[in-house]
Amino acid sequence: MSRDRLILVGTTKGLFAIDGANNIKGPFLEGTSIPSVAYDPRRKRILAGASSFFFGTSVRRSDDLGKTWVEAETPNIKFPEGTDTKIAQIWQIAPAGPDQPDVLYAGVEPAALFKSTDGGESWELVQGLWDHPHRPTWQPGGGGLGLHTILFDPRGPKKRMLIAISTGGVYLTEDGGTTWRASNTGVRAEYNPEDQRYPEYGQCVHKVARDSANPDRLFLQNHFGLYRSDDGGGSWIDIANGVPSDFGFPVVAHPNKGDTAFIIPLIADVKRWTADAACRVYRTTNAGASWEPMTCGLPQQDAYVTVLRDAFCTDGADPAGFYFGTRGGEVYASFDDGQNWHTVAEHLPPVLSVKATSL
Amino acid sequence: MQVTVFVPAALRQYAAGERKVRVEVDGDGPPTVGHVFSCLHRTAPGVVERALDECGDVRPHVNVFVDGELVRVGLRLGLDTPVAEGAEVWILPAVSGG
Repeated sequence: MSRDRLILVGTTKGLFAIDGANNIKGPFLEGTSIPSVAYDPRRKRILAGASSFFFGTSVRRSDDLGKTWVEAETPNIKFPEGTDTKIAQIWQIAPAGPDQPDVLYAGVEPAALFKSTDGGESWELVQGLWDHPHRPTWQPGGGGLGLHTILFDPRGPKKRMLIAISTGGVYLTEDGGTTWRASNTGVRAEYNPEDQRYPEYGQCVHKVARDSANPDRLFLQNHFGLYRSDDGGGSWIDIANGVPSDFGFPVVAHPNKGDTAFIIPLIADVKRWTADAACRVYRTTNAGASWEPMTCGLPQQDAYVTVLRDAFCTDGADPAGFYFGTRGGEVYASFDDGQNWHTVAEHLPPVLSVKATSL
Repeated sequence: MQVTVFVPAALRQYAAGERKVRVEVDGDGPPTVGHVFSCLHRTAPGVVERALDECGDVRPHVNVFVDGELVRVGLRLGLDTPVAEGAEVWILPAVSGG
């Protein structure tokens, strides 16, 4: 395992940083819950969406790989006066592309999008999404009403973005966030009455990932349902072919190989553990026509494992590393496209988020 | 009039490291806990905005005591609880922790 990797592990009780030799540093931001973490390569900055059980939520940052942290004098992400809304937690922090070096977006609960134009030091509500007429009817899922996915379109990242909300579904903007349209055609809402299972919006989308070779191709893990879009989210087709369950949280696209993605199926919403009590990552190399289980190095007996939507990631390197953390506090890594997995940490607090980068 | 606010250890970095902060309370009407927080915000906004949320409510897992009485139980009035000259206002994390 290379030493020049950084794995950031957000847990219910703080942030840990694991280097390429599996040295664990931390906990940083001790005692806080870290449902979202990001590494911004443009500034070599770690950003953590930290929630104190007592004193609220803020985006904290470190420019020295976690040694020291800066927290704004007053909470730097909050709903403006007049919204009568309180932020519960930060579900996602996403640095924009190199063409917008100071810009980041954050998805929060209750579902809303915030934008920073100063590297994550201050944040403002994206009013266009907040004013969307659908917003008052979005419903919280089991984990809360969170905006958890922010994807930029590499062909026009300043203007074209995709977001996903549990439970609201997928929304697209082509004008930098001023206007948004729901984009859930073909995605099932299992919990609706039978004649209303394919609504315009309201699906409980758990995660969306963009194919590395074809920007119009997207993979979507739903609250029951596994989908692919070949038209940038305009429509979705079922690709739950040969998986033990179409329920799960994360989906990760291979950063260098098109048509290749990874999921970790769980049995169901009320049985949030791996099917057959075996921890298996499923991989497709043909855009979802088929999936194959990856088991080597993962517990295959009595393994009631839960992996949350932001607890599985790639470092984006070439060759790529893949990493996931569990509610049981284990962190696993693979450096051969999922064929073999290595335990890089055990006995951490429950893992909420994992992000990795090559340094 | 003056009151004393006791700042919990976790928030003292936002009060120049002080455990006790003297607050000069002014404003319209009889002074209340809400007035105390408004006046404290001038010198220690980081304390106030962590004890209260963005809607101005005491956060769910923060307790505020005035002269030994928790302001949101019994007949107390929350942030409308009156405070008198020389009162002691304590901000404390509640018995919880996730």
